Amino acid sequence: MSLPVHPILAAGGGPVIPNFGGASKCVVENHQFCMSWFLHNFNTVFGPRLVQHIVLTAIAVGVGMVIAFTAAIIAYKENWFETPFSLLAAFLYGIPAIALFELLVQLTGINVFTAEIGLVSYTLLILFRNTLTGLRGVSDATIEAARAMGLSSRQRLIRVEIPIAVPAIMAGIRIAAVTTISLATVAAYIGAGGLGEPIFEAIQTGFKTEFIAAGALAIALAIVVDGLLVLLERLVTPWRRRTLQGA
Amino acid sequence: MQTSDPFSFFIHNLSLFASKTAAHLELSFVAIGVAIVLAIPLGVWLGHVHRGSFLAITVSNIGRALPSLAVISIGIGILGIGFLNVMVALVILAGPVILTNAYVAVEGVDADAVQAARAMGMTPLQVLLRVELPLGLPLIFAGVRTATVYVVATATLATFAGGGGLGDIIVNEPTYGTGGVIAGSLWIVVLIFAVDGLFGLVQRLVTPYPLRRLGRKARTDALIEASWEPSSHS
Repeated sequence: MSLPVHPILAAGGGPVIPNFGGASKCVVENHQFCMSWFLHNFNTVFGPRLVQHIVLTAIAVGVGMVIAFTAAIIAYKENWFETPFSLLAAFLYGIPAIALFELLVQLTGINVFTAEIGLVSYTLLILFRNTLTGLRGVSDATIEAARAMGLSSRQRLIRVEIPIAVPAIMAGIRIAAVTTISLATVAAYIGAGGLGEPIFEAIQTGFKTEFIAAGALAIALAIVVDGLLVLLERLVTPWRRRTLQGA
Repeated sequence: MQTSDPFSFFIHNLSLFASKTAAHLELSFVAIGVAIVLAIPLGVWLGHVHRGSFLAITVSNIGRALPSLAVISIGIGILGIGFLNVMVALVILAGPVILTNAYVAVEGVDADAVQAARAMGMTPLQVLLRVELPLGLPLIFAGVRTATVYVVATATLATFAGGGGLGDIIVNEPTYGTGGVIAGSLWIVVLIFAVDGLFGLVQRLVTPYPLRRLGRKARTDALIEASWEPSSHS
């Protein structure tokens, strides 16, 4: 960085560029994308936020899965439970993220906990529906056979019905994870951190490189996680892969 | 006017809500209109010729994976602040849903029905217009409905990119106070469920009577299929 360092640049009421360790000409003039700035600041600006984003998402999907899975098992055993839980989950899912976060903030304040409540509530519909669809997709003949082998209803659930439902459950986890990655960017607005944080920073400063880098990282994260979960789905359902190849 | 009571805020600011809602819906419907014009012909054509399943499925997977705020963020970086950037972002988010549904709707029309139509001497265009489109209509419209609800919800983020709409109220606590923020948040929820309900009604009306029960089933099946069918393709 041979150019003089500008702590803050305010060009004729234009964007105010923060100075993250030496401003190059590209940064000062706010070009489309400053690769060297991005690379130099990755470890301080983007790396930690990327990790935060992954943690936020993992916790939300994990907690959401525990709740939705339990609810799906209950609905599988007790049919009446499906409608009320579906309605609640669909209602929560329908609320725009920023509105839900603003409403939750009134109850639990601006913090990560509030963000997680919101994110978890978005995962419920997909996880519940897919788990229940998977469980109900088990054919009567299979259940009959398991019963004939002397399995109790509990054993049938654990050894037969849940394993057969795994592809549908995994597909649900995949959609929930990708959705959560998307919504977690908005959660930065209520102090959850993650990749939304540099986006909101850029909204304050107008710094194009930060807009594009944070946006691209969030998209890349979503696509990579989607791909990894497809692989995981294949790993945990080897029998399905064989039948697919045979087909 | 600031107040901590959302209901009195709403009552005292009806004109504010009316103008922000109008701007919000204008933004949403222009985006949906553009997405329909781009995505339905392509999806219908791909479904008609039974080609491009890879394209249709991949587009929907990627479309679903795109974080909306990230798309808007990149849009600001490239196109700057304003209506255009948000429009482009919303079209990108709505397009894949509409495209995939249109493709699945036409592609999935009962092969026997198409066969019969051909045997009756219909040209490919007649098959498309008289058999495939009417039968696929409920599912095509289901895609438009899903996309519209998604876009109206996402348009709330437009405020961050200077696109206006109801987000202006929701994220502006300094001006409108807690009551305003809560009122705005609740109002957008009401609006979304109203739009969804209205489209549900229209969906029923545009569906020929014999297809109505089928339409509901098709929508549910498509949701389930869309959620776990793609994995076997990739």
